[in-house]
Order: sequence, then structure tokens, then C-alpha cells
Amino acid sequence: MSVPLTLLGLLARGEPTHGYDLKRDYDSHFANGKPLPYGQVYSTLGRLARDGKVVGGEAEPGDGPDRKRYAITDAGRVEVMSWLSQTVEPEPHLQTVLFAKVVLALMLGEDAAGYLDAQRAAHLQRMRQLTELKRTGPMVDALLADYGLFHLEADLRWIELTSARLSALAQAVAEDK
Amino acid sequence: MTTKLLLDARDVHRSFGATQALRGASVTVERGELLAIMGPSGSGKSTLLHCLAGIYKPDQGEVWFDGTRVDTLGEAKRTELRRDAFGFVFQFGQLVPELTALDNVALPLLLAKMPRRRAYAQAAPWLERLGLSEHGTHRSGELSGGQAQRVALARALVHKPRVLFADEPTGALDTLTGENVMNLLVTAAREEGTTVVLVTHDARVAAYADREIVVRDGRALTTPSSAVA
Repeated sequence: MSVPLTLLGLLARGEPTHGYDLKRDYDSHFANGKPLPYGQVYSTLGRLARDGKVVGGEAEPGDGPDRKRYAITDAGRVEVMSWLSQTVEPEPHLQTVLFAKVVLALMLGEDAAGYLDAQRAAHLQRMRQLTELKRTGPMVDALLADYGLFHLEADLRWIELTSARLSALAQAVAEDK
Repeated sequence: MTTKLLLDARDVHRSFGATQALRGASVTVERGELLAIMGPSGSGKSTLLHCLAGIYKPDQGEVWFDGTRVDTLGEAKRTELRRDAFGFVFQFGQLVPELTALDNVALPLLLAKMPRRRAYAQAAPWLERLGLSEHGTHRSGELSGGQAQRVALARALVHKPRVLFADEPTGALDTLTGENVMNLLVTAAREEGTTVVLVTHDARVAAYADREIVVRDGRALTTPSSAVA
């Protein structure tokens, strides 16, 4: 999963935010048992500031490594919205990326259902290619295609279930704000 | 002028008692196309197939087949249309148990008043084509699930229908047998130029189609195309 884009997505909610609060929000929604190290948060924010995607405010008095609030720039917002609107190349083991995009879309009031529909279409398109390969190719290709098809099918089942649970997920995300 | 469009359902509504199965579903199918209708249980996908095939009359909306409005036809005309222009495969083969496999395949031709000898001569190659030549004299109780479904497929295609409607055709089969049936269905449909409308909840089955639509809450969603990141 892309940490920079996910942090940008969290900043796209609106208010300038301390690195500490970004880390807390990231860990609560996306860490999946692997909290983001502070060092990575601040180095990522530094790179995003260098690239003009975020701006850091004046340092505030107090202890701690960094007392700045970070705000997303127009360029950063364009980048995160573009990322959210694009489907992911269908391949096995995408759950963390798909999950991050759905949760961020819900946080930002974007069209999470539309994203899932587009991703389903992209997955099915890839499954069609593999099915055709299976139908017309040698047995070895068919076995490899089967491996891909079963994994893509697992992703699709997750997409279907998430689509069905979108209202409940939106509520859970809203309550965590 | 011949248009590409063969089937066209426009804003179709259909209720069963207080349950609204379709709430304004629209879908088009082109000649020779293999379309998958997907969706969760109870979404209305089978009802949409039944409306497209003239089995159900919509409460509201229109269904067109090759320039003819189907939903306003009387029962006799719709029966004739289904018998002559459409073929059907359902989840369970629904073979006539008293008849042999060959009798079952010949049945649509006999019902269309084709002479018996000609009907059987036309039916027999279909059993061979679907790998069933040794099972022609077997009754449905003597066939495996996959064999019975292949007989049902032969019966659906023997009269060279314009459209094959298949409702969960592999739903009762294991993965490998289901794949075999889908391969035969797609190969035969392509060779015959038959348009196929396939209802399935199974993405692996839908992947045999040229295109899919998703039915959700009684409405058909055209799948969006999108850039891939």
C-alpha cells in the first residue's frame, strides 16, 4: 500500500494536521497490525512538502520531534483524487490497496460504490483474458491461468461483500472520525 | 437495414406480490454477443432473463426482440417465439425423465412438427458434438449431473435458436464439470452464431462472456470502464 498517498488522503479531509495525529489515524484504519513508525511519517511528510503536495506550518512550541501542522496543497489533492479514481491492475493479493481506497473514498465523501464497480469490471476483464487463454492454450497455460483466476475470484468476492456492506462501513468510518 | 441490436429491455418493472423484483432495469444485447447478467441472490437477475425471454410479462416497460415488441404479444405468440427463436438451459437440466437422452434432444424439433425421422437425424449429431454419443439411450436417472446438463444444452441448441438463455447453467456442477459445460456452451454458440444471455453469480462463469452487467436492487448497472493505475 502507498503510505504517501494514504497520508495525503487523510490530509484531504480538510483540516491541517500534526504528524502525530496522522500517524494515529493511519494506524487506526490502515496499519493492519503494523503501526507506521514516527520516522517514516515525518520523512514521508518531508518528501511530500519538497514535492509541493503538502505545506508545513510554523513549528508550534512544545516537546516532540515535529510540532508543525501539515495541510494538503491543490497539487496534492489532485494527486490523491486521481489515485482514488483509478482502478488497480488486477493481480492477486491486492486487498490492502483496495481496502485503503474504499475507506479513504468514504472518508472524503467520494463515490466508493462507483470505485468498487469499476474495480469489478477491471477484474472481470482480466478474468476474461485468462479464461480465453485457458480455452485456447496448452494445458500448462491453463493451469497457470487457473491460479490467477482463483485469486482474482477471491478479490471479486471481497469486492461484492464490501459493496453489500458499504452503508455499514461508511457509518463505522464516520464514527471513527 | 440490419442493426446490431437483437434484444432490448427498456425500463422494465416486475413485481411478485409486494416484492419488487425489477425497478426500471434496462439492457441491450447485440447479435452474436455473449452477455453475462451478474448480481447477488434476490437482485432480480433471473427475473430480468425471464422478461427478456418472454416468459414473464413486465408490469411496466418494454421488451424488444429483433424489432418485435415482445411484452405486448399474446401468450400464444410468446410461446411460439420461445419455441422457435429461443433455447433455454437452467440450473438443473430439467430433462423429461421418461425419455432417453436422444428423445430429449429431439423434443423441440418434434414439438415444432418436424417429421420424426428428420428430427432424430438432426438430434443425434448434437449428442456426438457434446461427447454423449454413448449415452443416447440413457434416461436422465442414468446420467451424471454434467452429462444431463450437456443433454440439456444439446436440446437448447438443436433447433438453432437465435438466442440461448442460460440461468445458472453450472450452478449444480463441480468446478471441472462446470468448466467443461461452459466450454461446450461457448464453443457451440460461437460456431452457430447464437446470441447468449447467461445469468450467473459466479465470476468464473461470467468470465466466459464478452461483457457483463450487474443487477442490483432490481436495476441493471452497466459496468464502467476505467483507467487502471
